[in-house]
Amino acid sequence: MTVTGPYTAQRPPITESAEQLRERIPGWGADLDPINRPSATRLQWQENTGAHWEFPEQQVERWPRERSVEHRMLPPVFGTAQPPRWLSGAIRKYSYATYSEGRAVRWLLFTLADRVDAVENHLVSFLRLRPDNPITETGVLSEFTHHGLRSRFGQRRADPKHQWLDPVIVAGPWVAAAGVATSGVRKLVGAVRH
Amino acid sequence: MRAMVYRGPYKIRVEEKDIPAIEHPNDAIVRVTLAAICGSDLHLYHGLMPDTRIGHTFGHEFIGAIHEVGSSVQNLKVGDRVMVPFNIFCGSCWFCRRGLFGNCNNTNANNYAVGAYYGYSHTAGGYDGAQAEYVRVPFADVGPSLIPDWMSDEDAVTLTDACPTGYFGAQCADIVEGDVVIVFGAGPVGLYAAKSAWLMGAGRVIVIDHLDYRLEKAREFAHAETYNFTEYGDIVLEMKKATDFFGADAAIDAVGCEADGSFFQHVTASKLKLQGGGSPVALNWAIDTVRKGGTISVMGGYGPLFSNVKTGDLMNKGITLHTNQTPVKRQWPRLFDHVRNGYLKPSEIVTHRFPLEHINEGYHVFSSKLDGCIKPLVVPTAA
Repeated sequence: MTVTGPYTAQRPPITESAEQLRERIPGWGADLDPINRPSATRLQWQENTGAHWEFPEQQVERWPRERSVEHRMLPPVFGTAQPPRWLSGAIRKYSYATYSEGRAVRWLLFTLADRVDAVENHLVSFLRLRPDNPITETGVLSEFTHHGLRSRFGQRRADPKHQWLDPVIVAGPWVAAAGVATSGVRKLVGAVRH
Repeated sequence: MRAMVYRGPYKIRVEEKDIPAIEHPNDAIVRVTLAAICGSDLHLYHGLMPDTRIGHTFGHEFIGAIHEVGSSVQNLKVGDRVMVPFNIFCGSCWFCRRGLFGNCNNTNANNYAVGAYYGYSHTAGGYDGAQAEYVRVPFADVGPSLIPDWMSDEDAVTLTDACPTGYFGAQCADIVEGDVVIVFGAGPVGLYAAKSAWLMGAGRVIVIDHLDYRLEKAREFAHAETYNFTEYGDIVLEMKKATDFFGADAAIDAVGCEADGSFFQHVTASKLKLQGGGSPVALNWAIDTVRKGGTISVMGGYGPLFSNVKTGDLMNKGITLHTNQTPVKRQWPRLFDHVRNGYLKPSEIVTHRFPLEHINEGYHVFSSKLDGCIKPLVVPTAA
């Protein structure tokens, strides 16, 4: 675009006219009138939502369902996937019962619980004889079948600068845990020998 | 049934799970025939969304056939082919009755602020998702719609989230005739937003990304001007030059919490998780490139905590910020018109189909942007 001069009450012109745009782009301006835009009025009464109740029936609560303290009541319908359990579940239930959604500690506790949950489940996966397999579960083998090198290099992409961190994120905690365990075993063996 | 399950950041596998049961009289169980991986699923996959539990099944973009209905379901019967909005909503609370289907107050026990979505962690209500053979669909009389006979499965599945979100994003930009619109992100939502901006009468549509193959799609699919930000030392200044130092009338953030463009922002947010809201690069660029008194529409997903957003310039420039989770079903009648009359062909951005058993590869390919991936679909075993 060329510079059009001093700042005036006119805005820089658009190079294509409405007619040119309509000709070039299928459907140009079909929703120009806000009346054709479904959410132009953001709050708009919806008569026919399909709901045939004033308030829905209550879903059966099969265990004490964790809920935000910002809710006055347990909503009538809720998800039942992965009930909280073990230490991670205790952290989550404590956080839900204690903090409003405005408190950073609430969310940081959830993040902590997520990591504890991962450790708990990885350990259980060994007991169940289906240990986690970082090779298959990360899908990293698709690097060989979906042009991993060609997709990344010789391109003007920003992400190769930090993608090397991904394996560190996946393997780092395991390497650190192995290091701590090895160190502990060595110290134990040393203590027994002396 | 077979279902994808989350095993920790960057790790998923397919396991046997029980077929979900009817838990409420207005539930339906849907046999999934086609699902998709959404860009926002990658936030879960990367471990960025708090309270994402091991064993959770992701997937909020899907179509299928009714397998079972609860005792109060009136509008659907076994065998019906349905498309299901990603929002789980009751249709009767204060928010639903006013069209805010993404903000239902009766479906997310875990959070007041967040609506409920399929397979999107307990932050979004703790419902297992549809990257599986079957999924529980609450409020079956409210959310799902029959798939029109004339609509393809691939169009239908992209109309359950990505396409309506792009279209809603353009509406939130309050476009008037001749407006200059910048779209950050040439992923599915950005492509649909750019295409939709024209429907609303934009005079110029500019798409910014760092992936050339996606920018090529933006030119071809969305008729947009494109800029690869890695080519420019300062993309904000470049946009000023491109708009004769006026700025864009509207900007649409279609990137969200894993935005590239700043190594510091990306690594502190997406890798080290030190910014709980995510990397705000695209949002900050939107603030910087829109003109004074302009509008920013935020469709990118962010986490529930803080990020380093330039709120000072947001205020100094008098920018209007519009955002929400898309009320998908509210968009459908108009979008169906656009698909039927040929103005929009949502499935044109689909690039890959992965069998459910290989969904781990689908996530890696999509996450790492391999093989020209823009929109991957997932085909369940029983489909």
